[in-house]
Parts: sequence; structure tokens; C-alpha cells
Amino acid sequence: MIKLFSLKQAKKDGESPKAGTQKKASAAQLRITKDINELNLPKTCGTEFPDPDDLLSFKLIICPDEGFYRGGRFVFSFKVGPNYPHEPPKVKCETQVYHPNIDLEGNVCLNILREDWKPVLTINSIVYGLQYLFLEPNPEDPLNKDAAEVLQNNRRVFEQNVSKAMRGGYVGSFFFERCLK
Amino acid sequence: MGSDHTHRRWSHLQKVLERSGPFCRPDFEPSSETLKFLMENCKLLVIGAGGLGCELLKDLALMGFRQIHVIDMDTVELSNLNRQFLFRHKDIGSSKAEIAAKFINARVSGCNVVSHFCKIQDKDEAFYRQFHIVVCGLDSIVARRWINGMLISLLVYEDGEIDPSSVIPMVDGGTEGFKGNARVILPGLSACIECTLDLYPPQVTFPLCTIANTPRLPEHCIEYVKVIQWPKENPFDCAIDGDDPQHINWIYEKATERAAQFGIQGLTYRLVQGVVKHIIPAVASTNAAIAASCATEVFKLATSCCASLNNYMVLNNIEGIYTYTYEAEKKDDCLACSQVPREIEIKDPNWKLKDLIELLCERSDLQMKNPGLTANINGKNKTLYMHTVQSIEEKTRENLQKTLQDLGLRDGIELNVADVTTPNTVTLKLKFSQTDVEML
Repeated sequence: MIKLFSLKQAKKDGESPKAGTQKKASAAQLRITKDINELNLPKTCGTEFPDPDDLLSFKLIICPDEGFYRGGRFVFSFKVGPNYPHEPPKVKCETQVYHPNIDLEGNVCLNILREDWKPVLTINSIVYGLQYLFLEPNPEDPLNKDAAEVLQNNRRVFEQNVSKAMRGGYVGSFFFERCLK
Repeated sequence: MGSDHTHRRWSHLQKVLERSGPFCRPDFEPSSETLKFLMENCKLLVIGAGGLGCELLKDLALMGFRQIHVIDMDTVELSNLNRQFLFRHKDIGSSKAEIAAKFINARVSGCNVVSHFCKIQDKDEAFYRQFHIVVCGLDSIVARRWINGMLISLLVYEDGEIDPSSVIPMVDGGTEGFKGNARVILPGLSACIECTLDLYPPQVTFPLCTIANTPRLPEHCIEYVKVIQWPKENPFDCAIDGDDPQHINWIYEKATERAAQFGIQGLTYRLVQGVVKHIIPAVASTNAAIAASCATEVFKLATSCCASLNNYMVLNNIEGIYTYTYEAEKKDDCLACSQVPREIEIKDPNWKLKDLIELLCERSDLQMKNPGLTANINGKNKTLYMHTVQSIEEKTRENLQKTLQDLGLRDGIELNVADVTTPNTVTLKLKFSQTDVEML
């Protein structure tokens, strides 16, 4: 243990700060820098940084090349908070999509975005998680109940509904905007 | 301190500080100077004037500390009054820091508490540098991480060794119901908040699909309204404000409807408030015990009369009283405190960014592969270059041909470099070997 204040050295008052000291980047900032620099995107994904100086908010674009959603283009917004990686980033789907695990407001039901988030996970983990949602929509834990029911009862109809929605059109009473590549 | 009165007032401290004893640190020298330092020179910062903060201010002031600053961004609420004893009913709506400071100054003669009614983030390095010790009574992990990072950024290194006079110890207390903890952090020397970040439990979250489709608990209904219904209907055209009764009422009504729909019992207004504001139960006696421990540690640090807590004490009063102390270890690769900035010498300020990147790849002690570089210039993050992310690469490519000067990189600026060859982002401090006088 060091003795911190020798009494003779009643420091502080009038002490001139050492030159060159300068605000450090926050731990969240350092961590996101590492995450972003190590993004290893599958070929179906791309990112967009509206402001490259701000690594805390960006968009992920997924263009699935197989499965129900082949040919679509889906945009997700990522917002990384000051408590990252203690808390997960906030992710929203900005493209209207007919999907059992994404609701019409863009909320995404992916376990690692909420209850199963751990600080060891990275932005890359989330990217793969989202990509998987398009390959294997999961009707067991639905956010869009109607879509989940259709997927469970009749995959053909589900497939038709997905492509109807992606081309731009009504599924049931809801109008989806076109999101084909 | 001549008069009989002051002599009697501080005689209990004199017994500890002017005599030796079996528990004293070997380097402790009994002296009347120590009490004088404590009362006249030692400058403390108390962060938070809530449950812990009120206790801390009272303890420290009665212990003889006189130069105390307190900072808190909150105002007094009715529900605080049962345990935050520096506040009265008439104070509701006023700044906690201001009221607390006024109360202590009126009650403890000679004490000079200075209040700051703002966020800790509103203050700069010069502000924090003036203190000898920082004591925290916070309820937020973000705030703890921020002050931790701030104190670490104030460290001065000479040849890789910390200048001890730049170390500002942080004593941190935390409580939740009948449980609490107190710890002593010597920034750069012992485990910091970031070293032990995984100690904090994750926030309780429920799977979105459960909330949306199969709610079983009243909490599920409240979360549903909060996460899904509010953004959709946006009843007041703004984000949820947990302190606005209209907002809470709206959520309460909608959540009650939903609970009725699913036959869920137990939804109350108070529960809605608790879930929306993430209220953690507060128990006055836990706050008192933890604050007392923190204040004792401040006293020990300020006077060196006794070895400090090493370094993490837990208190659990749920069944009987249980307490345990252990040494939290410093993490070798801690993002905050393991970063002894390495200097990197820049021989020519007209170097281009690509020359610097080349150097990072060639230097035998770095040997990086595809470094991504950011810098913190005037408190703002600037992305200099990132090779691996196409969209950033395209936007930052032109920086490669710019000189370091043109990019705003001066002597002493720290670069944050991420590369596959290191587990964490590394901090490198630029050192221009010929400091151009005209530049300054």
C-alpha cells in the first residue's frame, strides 16, 4: 500500500495540471471500436455509418440469398449505449417485414438482444443472430402471431405471403412497402 | 484549535491520530498535523446526495472533514423522505445537492459543503483533479463507469510508473434492499469498476415474445405497454418520463387492461412505477452501514492511520448479518485501467496517416495487421481509418493521404487502435519529437 498524502505535500490548491493529459475514450467507446474493426460480415450483410466518427449508431443491411426472404433488403438500426457491453445495443428493424419474430413496429425478438445478452457477445454475434432469423423464422416464439400461425399451418401460404409483402402489397389488412433489392 | 470546546469536540479523533497503536500502519506517525490536514486541506467529493449520500455527508462532516463538495442531478421527491434525512417536505422539487449542503452547513459548525446541481458528466478534468478522495453513493452503473474512467484519465505516468500524487482514490458504496457493498479503488493500482464489471447483475429483461404473446406476470404486462404500446401510440408525443404521474397513469391503465385480458393478478400503481423507473428497494439501515464503512475508509485514506479495506466488502442482512471481505483483482486486460498509454514517436509532423499505419505494422513491438484507428480530439471521437468495414473505409480513405497535423493530431493526443493482434483496443500516445512552436 502506498501512502497517498504525505502531509507536507498539501497538494491540490493552486496546483497546475500537468500538460498533455487529455480525456480518454470511454470503455464503451474502446470496446465498440474493437467490435467494429473486427466485424466479419457474411456476404449477405453490409453496414452503413451515416457519421463515421460515431461508431455508436449505424445501420445493418441484410439481403438474404436463400430461404423465404431471398431477394429482400432489410435495414436494421443499431444504437449502442454508454453502458455497452454491460447492456446490449438497441436494435430495430426499419423495413416493414412479414416475419413471425419481427413485429410491424420493427421490434425484433432475438434472445441475445434481451434476456440472453452477455458482455462477451459482440456486434458480430448479433449480425449472425439476425441473419439466422431470416433463414429460420421461428414460429414457436412469435411477435407477429398471424405470421407465425400461417408458417405453422401452411408453409406454402407463408411463402406466398412473404413474397407478396416483399413485392409491396397487402397481407391481410396490412400494407407492406416494397423491399426487394 | 486551542479552546477547550474544540478540544473536547475532536478529542475522539485526537485519540486515534495523535497516538500509536497495534493496528496503525507501520509508516503512520502520530501527529497533531494529521487532524489539521483533515480539517483544513483535505478536499472530498461526494457523488450522489440520495440514500447513501445523505449518510455519507453526515458521517464525513461529523468526522471533521470540512472541505466537502457534493454533486447530484436529482431533485427531492416525496418517497425519499423516509430515509434521506437531510430533506423535509418543503424541499420537494428542490435540488438534493443544494438542500443537503445547506442542511449540513447549518448543522455542523465549521463545515463548508459546496453543492453542484448537475450531472457528473457536466464537470471537466480540472474539477475532478482538485479532490483528494472521491466517495460515491450512486445507483447507476453508467455513472460509476464514467467517474472511474475520469479518475483513470487523470493518472500521470512517468516511464510507465504511476505518479502517486496523481492517484485520486475512489470509495464506492452500493446498496439494494438488505444487501450492500463498499469498496476502495486506487485507480491504476487496484481493481477498478471496469475490472469487475461482470459483478453487476444483468438487468432483468423478459423475452419480447413472452411479453407480446404469453404474459404470465404483471411485470410482463407493464413491459408490454412500455416497450410496444407506448412507442406505437405515443400518447404524450415524447419518451416515457417515470416522474410524470400522467405517464405512469397511462401505463397503469393500459397494463391493467392487458392484465385483465390474460387473467393476471397483482398489478398495482406502485408496481408500474417500480418497473418503469427500475426502482430498487431501499432500506435505511443498509445505507447507514455501507455509508459508515465508506466514511471510515475515507478517514483511513486521508490520515493513513490504518490499512485500507482490501478491497471489497459485501454486507448481507437478509438473514442475520453476514459480511465478508475479499480482494477483487486487477484485470490484466482491463479496458479502463490496464491502458498505460504507450508513446509513439512522430519524427515529422508532416507525416501522413498512411505512414503512421505503416509504422504500426512494422514496429517490432506492435506488428499490427489491419489496425483501425480512432482518436479523441477535444472530447469528440474521430474515426481516422478503418480498413475492415467497407462503408467506413470508403468514408475515411481520404484521410490516409492527409498529414497528421491536418487531421488535428497534435503532441499528446491519444489514438485508440483496434487490431486482430490485440485482445483489446490499445491506446497509443503521440509524441512529436520536434514540437513546432508555431503550432502551439
